[in-house]
Amino acid sequence: MNQVLTWAELAPASAEIFLLAAACAVLLVDLALSDRYRWVTYVLSIVALAGAAVLTSRYGVGERTVTLFGHYVADPMGTVLKLVNYAVVAVVMLYSRDYLDRRGLFKGEYFVLALFAVIGINVMISAGSLLSMYLGIEILSLALYAMVAFDRDNGIAAESAMKYFVLGAIASGTLLYGISIVYGITGTFRLDWLANGLTRANVHNIGLLFGLAFIVVGVAFKFGAVPFHMWIPDVYHGAPTSVTLFIGSAPKIASFALTMRVLAEGLGGMTEAWQDMLVVLSVLSMGLGNVIAIAQTNIKRMLAYSTISHVGFILLGILAGTVEGYQAAMFYTLTYVIMATGSFGVILLLSRQGFEADELQDFKGLNQRSPWFAFVMLLLMFGTAGVPPMVGFWAKVQVISAVLNIGMTWLAVAAVFFSVIGAFYYLRVVKLMYFDATEDKAAIEASAGFRLVLSANALLVLALGLMPGWLLEVCASVIPG
Amino acid sequence: MITLSHYLFLAGILFAIAVAGIFLNRKNVIVLLMCIELMLLAVNFNFVAFSRFLGNLDGQIFVFFILTVAAAEAAIGLAILVVLFRERRSINVDDLDVMKG
Repeated sequence: MNQVLTWAELAPASAEIFLLAAACAVLLVDLALSDRYRWVTYVLSIVALAGAAVLTSRYGVGERTVTLFGHYVADPMGTVLKLVNYAVVAVVMLYSRDYLDRRGLFKGEYFVLALFAVIGINVMISAGSLLSMYLGIEILSLALYAMVAFDRDNGIAAESAMKYFVLGAIASGTLLYGISIVYGITGTFRLDWLANGLTRANVHNIGLLFGLAFIVVGVAFKFGAVPFHMWIPDVYHGAPTSVTLFIGSAPKIASFALTMRVLAEGLGGMTEAWQDMLVVLSVLSMGLGNVIAIAQTNIKRMLAYSTISHVGFILLGILAGTVEGYQAAMFYTLTYVIMATGSFGVILLLSRQGFEADELQDFKGLNQRSPWFAFVMLLLMFGTAGVPPMVGFWAKVQVISAVLNIGMTWLAVAAVFFSVIGAFYYLRVVKLMYFDATEDKAAIEASAGFRLVLSANALLVLALGLMPGWLLEVCASVIPG
Repeated sequence: MITLSHYLFLAGILFAIAVAGIFLNRKNVIVLLMCIELMLLAVNFNFVAFSRFLGNLDGQIFVFFILTVAAAEAAIGLAILVVLFRERRSINVDDLDVMKG
């Protein structure tokens, strides 16, 4: 092995290196700014994301490249996921700005932590070994714990941060225990060597199955799949809405990448073993998530349970263990992230000084107050429910056809059944907006940029639903058979 | 003669104690943080033992990273604990129940 790093080896990782330097620079610049010039931090963070996007596409690779002694993988799938990651986080920052400003939370920490979380997500997307995967997870998680707690005068936020921290740490510990067992049996951390070793070794080795079970538990914790979902409702509910928006969007891309890299690539030889585990997680997530969401009165909590059910659908695509399934799961993840960003964006849009707009009641009669944003929410709710012609419908069709093609008809039937149950609570929001009256006549306070991007976000859900072929082709081309 | 399985057994017991501690403890959040540390140290035990018996240094390198991350994690955990204590005047696990549903 060549022990000297050349530029050719570093180039695929240039976006991460740039982001790290940029995040540190933003942190330092922010120190010198007075509150009046805090917007500079915000602008610099967006510029940093744009710079990273330029580097990622400039040094994007045509085919899978393993570099940095096997710890870093650059491939077309990673490039697409990273570009979506930057775009989503930039939109999240834009949505959050007014909300943070009105609550006296417009501080540099939010943006710097978000940039560090982006680095964590990127490292997870490009992890070539279990070591870099673990470090990516921790970079992301530590930034998120701090973000949840960063509203220091909010006791509920501190409580949810504590719950998130403890459960997240248990998840990391479990994942690590599984990694240590797999390392002990195979003697390597590198995912590509692991994949080669497994095809030769006996994949029914009981020790390996033991380690695999721990790894799957860790992955399920990070994804938020039932029965490892306990943190999701409390964190979504307790965190400031702008942080909920962040947690609900970009980290889902990271969870998808984690599952793909570790289970599909590294432990791909053991598909049969993890398929059964994922079937259980997926059915429980779809069932419990959709049923409990019906009982919620807080919309952030309702969307948290909705997230859990969507995680079930993403796992449905992955557990198929086929290229078609992986493509479907990627399509589902990307479209879900777009819809979740929009849904939480509407909650931020409706919030005012001293008013959170996080109860379902707050959506009553939105149509009278603002017909356009009631329509925007309608598009997003229909999209998340999977009503055609929104993109959520195609995402569900893809994952369900993936499990049908491996002969798991009962699972497909269960998925359809649970998504019908799920439609109820999304449609309830629509009913509240259009058919109920409200006393609240306050106008919506939001900047023009926020309104424009949120509208574009919702129209994207409709446009992708009318023309899903483009995104489907992207997913098909980056995960080739 | 101490063999690999002795080390693995010890690590397994430590890990189980840590998990049990997290789920049984209803008193104090600091104990939770201690259990989390114990969990990571149990994993370190596994890594070092495997590394020694495989004759492969990778596992010990991983332990350095885990130790570093554990330190960062403890710092964040204690910071959250301080925020929580300022708001609640308590670090009792049973008081962490404002949100339900």
